[in-house]
Amino acid sequence: MTRTLPPAARPTVAPEALIVPPGATLAGRATSRGPLRREGPAKLTGLTKYADDLVFPGAWYGATIRSTEPHARLLGIDLDEAYDWTKVVVVTAADIPGDNVVATIRDDQPVLVPVGGEIRHQAEALCLIAAADRSTLRAARRHLTVRTEPLPAIFDPLESTQEFSRVEVERGDLEVGFAAAELVIEGTYRVGHQEQLYIENQAMIAVPREDGGVTVHGSCQCPYYIHGALKRALDLTDAQAVVVQAETGGAFGGKEEFPSIIALHASLLARKAGRPVRMIYDRHEDISATTKRHPAVIRHRTGVTRDGRLVAQEIEVVMDGGAYCTLTPVVLSRGVLHAGGPYRCANVRIAGRAMATNTPPNGAFRGFGAPQVEFATEMQVNRIAEALAISPLELRRRWAYREGDITPTGQVLRESVAAVEVLEAAAEASDFARHAEQTRRAREARQSGARVASGIGVALGWHGAGFTGSGEVHIGSVASVELTDAGVVRILTAQTEMGQGTKTIFPQLVSAELGLDQAEVEVAPQDTSIVPDSGPTVASRTAMVVGGLIIAAARRLRAQVEASTGRPFADSYRGFAEEHGGLRFDERFVPYPNIHFDDATYRGDAYPAFGWACAVAQVDVDLDTGEVSVRDVVSADDAGRIIHPILAEGQVEGGTLQAIGYATIEEIKVVDGRYLNDRLATYLIPTALDAPRIRAILVESPFSGAPHGAKGLGELPMDVGAPAVVAAIHDATGVWIHDLPATPERILAALTGAPTPPPPGVSTQGADRRAA
Amino acid sequence: MSYRFVVNGNAVEVEVPGMRRLLDVLREDLSLTGTKEGCGEGECGACSVLLDGMVVDSCLVPVCQVEGSTVRTVEDLANGSALNDLQAAFLETGGAQCGICTPGMLLAGEAFLASGAEATDASIREAIAGNLCRCTGYTKIVEAITLAAERRHAPGSQEPRA
Amino acid sequence: MPAEPPVVSPGTLAEAYALLAADAYRPVAGGTDLLVQITGELGDPPERVIDIWRLDELRGIRLKLDALVIGALTTYTEIRRSPLIGEFLPAFAEAAATIGAVQIQNRGTIGGNAVNASPAGDMLPLLLACDAQLVAGSAAGERSVAALDFWPAYRRTALAPSELLLRINIPLMPGRQVRYRKIGTRRAQAISKVVMALAWQSDDDAQSPWRNVHLALGSVAAVPIRAARTEALLEGAPPTEVVADRAASTLADEISPIDDVRSSADYRRAVAARVLHRLIRDEGRW
Repeated sequence: MTRTLPPAARPTVAPEALIVPPGATLAGRATSRGPLRREGPAKLTGLTKYADDLVFPGAWYGATIRSTEPHARLLGIDLDEAYDWTKVVVVTAADIPGDNVVATIRDDQPVLVPVGGEIRHQAEALCLIAAADRSTLRAARRHLTVRTEPLPAIFDPLESTQEFSRVEVERGDLEVGFAAAELVIEGTYRVGHQEQLYIENQAMIAVPREDGGVTVHGSCQCPYYIHGALKRALDLTDAQAVVVQAETGGAFGGKEEFPSIIALHASLLARKAGRPVRMIYDRHEDISATTKRHPAVIRHRTGVTRDGRLVAQEIEVVMDGGAYCTLTPVVLSRGVLHAGGPYRCANVRIAGRAMATNTPPNGAFRGFGAPQVEFATEMQVNRIAEALAISPLELRRRWAYREGDITPTGQVLRESVAAVEVLEAAAEASDFARHAEQTRRAREARQSGARVASGIGVALGWHGAGFTGSGEVHIGSVASVELTDAGVVRILTAQTEMGQGTKTIFPQLVSAELGLDQAEVEVAPQDTSIVPDSGPTVASRTAMVVGGLIIAAARRLRAQVEASTGRPFADSYRGFAEEHGGLRFDERFVPYPNIHFDDATYRGDAYPAFGWACAVAQVDVDLDTGEVSVRDVVSADDAGRIIHPILAEGQVEGGTLQAIGYATIEEIKVVDGRYLNDRLATYLIPTALDAPRIRAILVESPFSGAPHGAKGLGELPMDVGAPAVVAAIHDATGVWIHDLPATPERILAALTGAPTPPPPGVSTQGADRRAA
Repeated sequence: MSYRFVVNGNAVEVEVPGMRRLLDVLREDLSLTGTKEGCGEGECGACSVLLDGMVVDSCLVPVCQVEGSTVRTVEDLANGSALNDLQAAFLETGGAQCGICTPGMLLAGEAFLASGAEATDASIREAIAGNLCRCTGYTKIVEAITLAAERRHAPGSQEPRA
Repeated sequence: MPAEPPVVSPGTLAEAYALLAADAYRPVAGGTDLLVQITGELGDPPERVIDIWRLDELRGIRLKLDALVIGALTTYTEIRRSPLIGEFLPAFAEAAATIGAVQIQNRGTIGGNAVNASPAGDMLPLLLACDAQLVAGSAAGERSVAALDFWPAYRRTALAPSELLLRINIPLMPGRQVRYRKIGTRRAQAISKVVMALAWQSDDDAQSPWRNVHLALGSVAAVPIRAARTEALLEGAPPTEVVADRAASTLADEISPIDDVRSSADYRRAVAARVLHRLIRDEGRW
């Protein structure tokens, strides 16, 4: 439920953070309820077709043969001569017409490991098979053997010598800072893998085209990433590689770059088989083989004065990229840039490196490096608050960035800074001070033999909106608005709907500009043969960046039609189309004014603007078992401008529960480089009974660079939920948990002084573990 | 082997192996793709259907056990293009985001509403505890079912057909 | 689409017995274990399956003299709703409510739980704690197997290949208390890390000594077990703090749980002891 507070007193100069009053309407914004989800009725009636619902007559089924060793040389792939292989299509690396490379940032990952090549992780794809039915596929698998020669494997990123990337950010003088410190607090924090766990498994269907190319239909976030990958490995032209996004059942980053691999696999099989091929993963394969959130080890050394000033921050971030590079340098980059937290500090050094291990490659997951580092930062701040005997709320109030402050990259936060506003909003809505006093008294009065302890915790975070640095300039997105010959207004972008509401907010924005009802504006399908490359649906850039582009395009459309007809667009556009035919306006991204970043030195404006969030969590801890029940979470999030309050709340609520899962029960144990938790019976996400009451508070601190003032929202709630929960666990029990997830095993060990369980995210070797 | 049962009010007969999962019979033999496969392990509930009025995971039901029974899937809830009260409530509150868990969630919700149990936060959450959602945090799903319960059991409301 | 082994669906017990006498079949009841195993390719699919769902002889809960007789095909939902269970064995309803969620409870059966023989089977500690007799039937007749003898090894039962589990008899004892506790990773759809059932007889006050103490646990060994040494310590003792302390440390010493995907040996050991301590404390009201 949207919580409303009266707007703060406004200075005359720049727009200040304000809380959304219900019923308020601004250009591009809905009324308090907003239009109903555009594709909602189809989803609710079972009419919507996701990839596995699509029918392609004559399609065969494809499967992937994967390594079972974390590091090995592939010596050969042998087909049992006694089996009838005429009914099966087999594809190996030798069948790849173009480059045997999954095109992402670097060219290090093969589509299939070639014979003689190196297998680098336990789920790596070696060859592909396709057959007319699944029982033939199962039989064929049993008649295929892979010969390998094992090689020594590296599992600990701290021991690895293979570096994917390194980043360092520095400001001021650490020595001076620490010299002024009266107290230095050190901490090492470790976070494990997290699986995106979209409820729709990854799926791609490839259909060979008459022009020698392929059309792929599937579940994805970034059709043009797949397009580029197909061109490269299959040696196709732009027109020959067509990617059509099917309705996508959740993604959260897990379908950012991984679908390219499945699309390539399905396409290779389809071309060889001469017919469509379906690659639909089952849940076990999906968890075993696809990308996860990067595990990380984050070390803090923080200098403060006794009266509560932050004088020095020295931070080291080591991320585990897994076996191949994928998006690791960008994840590391975002991690390093956010690792200091939303706090003003004159002397900061943050050094990050991302290392390779023989585990499946890690990739994008909502937050993209920020949740990992912000967990560490917020735990560090809470420990400091306790050491200084200052309330964790008050300390943040003092340290949080204000307008005009400077970040470690030297960025001046000239506008749109709502750190204090979200902190106060969350504190008030959760009645933090009163609950903190209650829990303090309960803790003091607690007798031995008490069964349950309650706690409350707070975390403050920030999230740079859009791509890091010059990322947006490099990709040069194009988005379009057209008036068709038939007199229909249509939006053309590659931005994918995956539940966040793109197909609902884009018509809102454009219709507001044109003076139409939002139902009159159509959205073209995400088909690379139809829409331009407006960039990937990632980095919380869709509403801010691409929303901005379509607003600009709509304004140009409106201007031209009105100039021609002399009448308002809404009254004259159909007649205009009849008389003059259609019009289309392509809008290419233009850098935001006064935003400059130097990629070489990592100095300047890392992001055009930051979003701000604060979470307050209340938990009960069972002192017998260490089990945590998260009862209530308030999350205050500033997204610049709230376009659709219900959709925005949905992002906050969903992101918050994912963060709670990250903090408590989402654990992946790794043995010999293989995920032990590889089914839904063992990789656990919260059910409705585990989920707390979640209250979203939407805050607006508009960004002047975007025509609608919007910044990103999707990832922001993910940055603060976990540390708020773990801080609450400390408040309840007195124990500090430095590892995520804060499982009952870790909590009970801390409560009883028993040996701590092994650290998360690092593979152990060879123990025979029964998965019961 | 031949199996006869009723799906969404229609009598059907399928000639399939008896151990074929009801989920596969619905999706592939009967082309009713509204019911989804999320895990095949009975953990996620995306495959939930009503079998003789009870909500079950269709990925765990062999079709040989469906002989003579009545099955309802998500396709049976709306009346033509008119959403039923539960679907309408989901639409209003924002209870569906990506939509993949929605069919199963709706059927679990229908089973709850049909039970006549008092609609509290706790009872609704227990009723949908077997339906995983990754997008919504469950907040607006619980709101939707609460809203539908209020409306369905309001005096003068029309109960949908059983 | 997973493997689809051939299946027969007998309409009567006699038919089922005849089939089982002739060939080896894997039985399917509610499907909540077998279909997970087939779909997940956890081991080879069975060569042939016998579908026992139509055997109404295996359904129903009846009160017979001094025992509650629960048909093998009784679902968890039926257990939760049964007035007889509610009156005589409420801990069984409590346990059934912790299994899966409503979809699983509507199809999963107590017989299936017993025959699947997982060390983590949620009902099994209750069967052990309550001295259940499991009745097996075949063409050769019926026989009764004590719960203590029903799970001889990891995922194995005492049933012969030609036998079906027909029903479970739970003797009812005057003044017997039963407590149940399951520790799982989340509040629904969770395989247990530790599951415990404690039964005893005593007079109705907190100082009375406990008699006929049965303490059963799951997920701490290859099979569900009774903790005989801890039982012996509790036998004849009242639920005092000294007794609770000793029982907890005896239990921690007695069991040998393992590390696995869900939890660690250390945690299981510590929690089993602490949960037992708490159960005794709740009864002793100190």
